[in-house]
Amino acid sequence: MLLKNTYNEFIKILAKPRSYLGIGALTLLVLLILFAMKADGKSFISFVTASFEQTLSFNGNILNGNLIAFIILQMLIVHIPLLVSLVTGDLISGEAAMGTIRMMATKPISRTQIVLSKFIAGAVYTFILTLWLGFLALIVGKWMFGTGDLIVLNSDGLVILKEQDILWRYGLSFGVAYLALLTISTLSICLSAFAENSIGPIVSTMSIIILFTIMDVSVFDSIKPFLFTTHMASWRSFFEDPVPWTTIRNSVSILVIHNIVLVLIAVYKFNKKDITS
Amino acid sequence: MENTEIIKVQHLAKNFGSFQAVKDVSFTVNKGDVFGFLGPNGAGKSTTIRCMLSLIKPDNGQIQLFGKDLNKHRNEILSKVGSIIEKPDFYRYLSAEKNLAIFARISGKDVSKREIAEMLDFVGLNGRNRDKVGGFSHGMKQRLGIAQTLLHQPDLIVLDEPTTGLDPQGIVEIRNLILRLKSEQNKTVILSSHQLSEIELISNRMVIINKGQSIIEGDVKELLNAQEMVVQLEVNDMEKTINVLNIRFESASFKQINERIIEVNIEKQLVPSLNQTLVQEGVEVHAMEPKRKLEDFFMKIIQS
Repeated sequence: MLLKNTYNEFIKILAKPRSYLGIGALTLLVLLILFAMKADGKSFISFVTASFEQTLSFNGNILNGNLIAFIILQMLIVHIPLLVSLVTGDLISGEAAMGTIRMMATKPISRTQIVLSKFIAGAVYTFILTLWLGFLALIVGKWMFGTGDLIVLNSDGLVILKEQDILWRYGLSFGVAYLALLTISTLSICLSAFAENSIGPIVSTMSIIILFTIMDVSVFDSIKPFLFTTHMASWRSFFEDPVPWTTIRNSVSILVIHNIVLVLIAVYKFNKKDITS
Repeated sequence: MENTEIIKVQHLAKNFGSFQAVKDVSFTVNKGDVFGFLGPNGAGKSTTIRCMLSLIKPDNGQIQLFGKDLNKHRNEILSKVGSIIEKPDFYRYLSAEKNLAIFARISGKDVSKREIAEMLDFVGLNGRNRDKVGGFSHGMKQRLGIAQTLLHQPDLIVLDEPTTGLDPQGIVEIRNLILRLKSEQNKTVILSSHQLSEIELISNRMVIINKGQSIIEGDVKELLNAQEMVVQLEVNDMEKTINVLNIRFESASFKQINERIIEVNIEKQLVPSLNQTLVQEGVEVHAMEPKRKLEDFFMKIIQS
């Protein structure tokens, strides 16, 4: 029954216009960045490297597909959660608002299976969105800008990664980025189990992300390492040299724990809920 | 009529915060019954039905369907139940056949595409199979709801206000459909409705619920026959008619509607005698028709 309902969830997601809104918006944003970089990328790079030019000389194709993919990931990691929650935040509450959750809940499928099938469908949708982002950023980026070494500016200074040392880093960083986005998806589905309309969970998800992100005051220092928002940019760690594996493992653990806890909360809430819509 | 109990609800209670929606509801539905579920707005009908379908968790009481406890055998029980609660809601962005396929997939039985097409044909939606439900009228959605209810061939059908918003033709169609389900397939139907005439026409048993409590339950004919009958007479001589009633039928009460029409509350077995006596006294009886019995019965029960 879980598989059958997961298949149902895919059919619904595929038929909903808002599912394509997310993918369409992502495509548009990435293409805009790509064309902007194509038009004025060199001056952007000069502006960034200007402070190093007295001590370093830069040769070769700095503005390449690898750098473009990094810039795109960096820029869009704030926007993609909105696109994810636009679809996943609607999965339970949208059905409550439509009345179809009532129809589903009178069928011989357990409420736990209903919620789990929605989590699986949400996870697959998020994966497709991440994959599409990877394709646009890395494949289309390389096609438009060619390839080359990657120069990354982080808190420790300038890191230069050899061209042949980059692809595995992108593979793993997309994996961690996916885990971060999956946490957003899980959070919005969890909130969706509490709501009767689809706007509430979407707005609440974004509010939680913003609130957790701006809690940059010392009072919250003790809890900040445990918030998922602190680990949303962990994908960047793969572009440090050497790679801080312990930090990454810690981030992955915290994101996985968040996912498990949020799924359990949603299952508990949905099982206890009186369906009165 | 077989007396196998399909539904047994005992002392059901449900609170929403401080509001007591259902206080103490008990009733039994037998196999093959078309069971009328009556009560004024806010009586607790929908809450009771939702409890029976596991949409709402009761605070107290027991619900057994097909002889099994609903809490322990939920999925097994629900695979034998088809329902429309208040109004059928569908995925507006999907076609009629895709909507049915979605609900059929989780109904516990394998339903083929051909069966879906046949069911759409059965409820009069042939040719609209691939149209999106968003463009359907209320009546069409109601028909699709019936199709969804029957698609997995359930033994028990729960219809909560199935004729709401339907035109007269739609109401007759639903009524005929319920009667066919009972006569041809011996399905058990629970019918909650505000349309008392509907219940009177098609139900064999009923329960009346008021203020969260079941007031009376039983065979529709027996319950109604036990009451006095109200007949409306159209006569040419009102004065003589009133005299006859006062002198010869002291147990009857009456209410004059106008110069020619009078409503008489009288025991059923005295009706032929009343007619005969009026004619013998030279009163021309132009019409004699029973008033809606259930309506009066219902009002009496609720007001008491």
